[in-house]
Amino acid sequence: MTFEPVIGIEVHVELMTDSKMFCGCRVDVTSPPNTNVCPVCLGLPGALPVTNRRAIEWIAKIGLALNCEISERSEFHRKNYFYADQPKNFQISQYDVPVCHDGWLDVATDGVSRRIRINRAHMEEDTGKSIHVGDGGRIHAATETRLDFNRAGVPLVEIVSEPDLRSAAEARNYAQTLRSIVGTLGVSDARLEEGSIRFDANVSVRPEGTDEFGTKVEIKNMNSFRSLERAVDHEIHRQVAALEAGEAIVQETRHWDEEGGVTHGMRSKEGSSDYRYFTEPDLLPIEISSSWRAEIAASLPELPAARQARYVELGLDDSAAGVLVGSDERMWRWFEEAVGGGAPPRTVANWLTGETTAWLRTGDRSIEDARLEASQLVTLAAMVEDNRLSATAAKQVLGALLDGGGDAESVASDLDLLQISDTSALEEAVDAAIEAHPEQFERLGSGEDKLIGFFVGQVMRATGGKADPKVVTDILRARVG
Amino acid sequence: MPIDIDIAHVARLARIALTGEQLEAYRTQLGVILDHAALVQGLPTEGVEPTSHPLAMTNAFRADDEKPSLERDTVLAQAPDAVDGYFRVPPALDTE
Amino acid sequence: MTDAADLTIAAAAAALADGSLSSVELTEAVLARASLTEANVHAYLTLDQAGAREAAETSDRRRASGQARGLLDGIPIALKDNLTTVGLETTAGSRILSGYQPPYDATVVARLRGAGAVICGKTNLDEFAMGSSTENSAYGPSRNPWNLDTVPGGSSGGSAAAVAAGSALGALGSDTGGSIRQPGALCGLVGFKPTYGRVSRYGLIAFASSLDQIGPLTWTVEDAAMLYEVIAGHDPMDATSYPGDVDDVRSTLDDGVAGMRVGVVAELSTEGIDASVASGFRRTLDRLRERGAQIVDVSMPTASVALSAYYLIAPAECSANLARFDGVRYGLRVDGATVEEMMSATRSEGFGPEVTRRVLLGTYALSAGYYDAFYGQAQRVRTLLIREFADAYTQADVLVSPTAPTTAFPLGAKTQDPLAMYMSDVCTIPINLSGDPGISVPVGLDDAGLPIGFQVMAPALQEARLLQVARAVEQVAEPVGRPTVVGVPA
Ligand SMILES: [Mg+2]
Ligand SMILES: [Zn+2]
Repeated sequence: MTFEPVIGIEVHVELMTDSKMFCGCRVDVTSPPNTNVCPVCLGLPGALPVTNRRAIEWIAKIGLALNCEISERSEFHRKNYFYADQPKNFQISQYDVPVCHDGWLDVATDGVSRRIRINRAHMEEDTGKSIHVGDGGRIHAATETRLDFNRAGVPLVEIVSEPDLRSAAEARNYAQTLRSIVGTLGVSDARLEEGSIRFDANVSVRPEGTDEFGTKVEIKNMNSFRSLERAVDHEIHRQVAALEAGEAIVQETRHWDEEGGVTHGMRSKEGSSDYRYFTEPDLLPIEISSSWRAEIAASLPELPAARQARYVELGLDDSAAGVLVGSDERMWRWFEEAVGGGAPPRTVANWLTGETTAWLRTGDRSIEDARLEASQLVTLAAMVEDNRLSATAAKQVLGALLDGGGDAESVASDLDLLQISDTSALEEAVDAAIEAHPEQFERLGSGEDKLIGFFVGQVMRATGGKADPKVVTDILRARVG
Repeated sequence: MPIDIDIAHVARLARIALTGEQLEAYRTQLGVILDHAALVQGLPTEGVEPTSHPLAMTNAFRADDEKPSLERDTVLAQAPDAVDGYFRVPPALDTE
Repeated sequence: MTDAADLTIAAAAAALADGSLSSVELTEAVLARASLTEANVHAYLTLDQAGAREAAETSDRRRASGQARGLLDGIPIALKDNLTTVGLETTAGSRILSGYQPPYDATVVARLRGAGAVICGKTNLDEFAMGSSTENSAYGPSRNPWNLDTVPGGSSGGSAAAVAAGSALGALGSDTGGSIRQPGALCGLVGFKPTYGRVSRYGLIAFASSLDQIGPLTWTVEDAAMLYEVIAGHDPMDATSYPGDVDDVRSTLDDGVAGMRVGVVAELSTEGIDASVASGFRRTLDRLRERGAQIVDVSMPTASVALSAYYLIAPAECSANLARFDGVRYGLRVDGATVEEMMSATRSEGFGPEVTRRVLLGTYALSAGYYDAFYGQAQRVRTLLIREFADAYTQADVLVSPTAPTTAFPLGAKTQDPLAMYMSDVCTIPINLSGDPGISVPVGLDDAGLPIGFQVMAPALQEARLLQVARAVEQVAEPVGRPTVVGVPA
């Protein structure tokens, strides 16, 4: 029997508002522990939450970008469960009426695009951070837990897909597409390593061709796209193997162990899923009028899918456009600005997806380390166009610009890479080559045209590669007569 | 409606440690109160919207402005146990 | 001359204004009274003598330099101990908050301080305001100054007892199901619950968030109005606080009841009401009629089920509100091998039986499988009740009933029977569910010399109308005078 995986993804996105969801504390998880806390986010007796308006606008923005309906009226609920890093021992979240619902996202995998439905995107607050101390920080062997509440109350958007994903690769692509949208909107850092975007997957399998869902397992703790794909893939195989061995799948939460490359079950808490949701009485319902909605919609930037289509219209192939759009914002901003300044799109795209990406991969570089300015890409392209710089030399100049900034002209000249197109200087070099190789010149004269390349090579060698090959060819042809 | 209460489960959800005797006493008392509270079930409420709030208002927001937080020393002075700027609690052995 | 501790706020404010009394003198009189009564009455959990004296001196200096801040400047006020105060331990009457020092003032506290009031201390209450007798305090009960063998009511029993004993000129309480009005009634005071949202709840340790409201306990309606004007108004820290200005309630206080339709809620005024309370209530109605009020009968069938709805809604909300008391960040901690054991042990030790009962009740009412039958249904009943109130207010300008079915009852009389204790709030609970304002006014003493309370209710935000009628009630009622408190020389 062959099995079909059924996968749904839950994404938590931390919004980078100035202040927290329900209080004025700064959103900054890099601060020393417990310094961005107040009566509200610490859950001190008597404190009350007040909703951050910008967070509501931003979740609506996310919803619109994900083709969701925006609820005209929604409300907050309390989700009750005890956990030491949750100050009130309930989370202010949303339940039956989220801000955004019923959206979709097109996800391309292996060249095939599929529409993944999004059930909802709701607003909630983040918890504090637990640091499990003792035995290498592993939770089950810890001797104590230390709590930092700087993150408690940071606005969090939870985006829940329908179980529409059918492979680990597709799950990964969905996550990447979503991350790139959130990044484009400018509402979150969306960094996996720092936990400002977090992915959980619900995985089940069922016999191919059937409609019923199998028992689903939730997997957590994936902190890169690669680990998401690996974890989902592993879980699919684990479930298929279990079913084939005649075992039943247990509904549970499993932790992804990155090192071991396996998922393992967390001891489930009896009754822990009884969250006793009820309307948060300290907060009023949220109404998003059509005019407010329109205002938010008007503030949406160009989204990745639209951007990619526009790049293809500029002449890029699908994959280069996809890579650019999916890269760090700074990459496609360089592209936009360079092309805006008149540089040929394909050349610039090649430099960015090729040289620049390779430059980033070398050593421990991040995009912030790059000193390149977009205006220099325009200059660089113009120099190539004018045959003042060879394609190879241009890449060398680009590397130097990434390293140290400056302008392309002086970098090229400092590196002595400018091409010689001064005819008299090159005539001398051509004549010298003819003199040194009379036999070859004769053969060229009698029609052995491929020897043009031989002489161009000689001149290039003599000029240290700086001769403009086109000018050299013209002189040779003139000499042959 | 006859009321059966899994009082141990309820106490566990509420994180209150109770002895068997206490549980039994609370189960009885809750039964009496719930019997009375069940009077609400006698009212016809079909199609009636629930009220979770006496106020007919919406959209009470604050601007996204940062405000000063509390001094950490003040905060931790109230903590039963703190270390190196953190609150400290026993390990969460039950989660994994 | 009368002891300054027995002055109304209005009289004391006048004396402070004309220079015949200083805040220091007034405060010393109140502290001296407390030193005589506290051993018997136990109104306070924390009496802040040093803080009160300092505030009184500051007030006098301010006044001497022509900078007096208004009518409350220099007036000694007590605060229910579920209002957070910087520099004053705040326990909510619970062991779990023993020693807790809040880092911020409740909005009402900040407003009182801003108005120059002298905060003389924190008063006793039923633990987390859950109770009707103050016997559920973890720190021992308060006693009713009118008769030390009886309870002062609750949960704001300490606030009521303090004012009745003269150890504060006025006090703030909180009212979730009657917790200001019922102790007001039992202690011969005016107890006023404003409209839900009219007074900020920021810094009020929550019991049931959709029902809680802060308000004053005073000797007179005028005093209640004076305190109300200082504490009411929009607060950006409370999302459920009404925006917009607060009506000037004092200018219409004496406008009387002529032509006013006063609706007697049948369901709250007959069944289960003690004869003495009923007769005091009827007598007052007659006198209001003499003053030109039109007394009409109003039926509100759902009101008789309000208590049942309340005992689902309030515990449900409290079960979540009290979840934060877990031994992690503040208050009591009882050790445990795991964090879960620590939390469960802490909550078991830290909460008294009534709080435990309500937390369990609320947890159950919200839990999977029971939500719709209990909590959901209670909320729909709440809707029905609100509709009934709206209908009733087409027939009457204000509604009235006794405040409590009985006068003050002996200590211990109801502690073994939760349901009997809950019945103390049967008349007061409906307007907590509707959010409307209400007030209890003393209308004489029963045969045992214990005060009887008369409740007036009005539509949301109609505090001016409410207080105007309450003032008329006060004027027609038998004066209750002042209790002879054991220990205070007559
Ligand atoms: Mg969530
Ligand atoms: Zn905060």
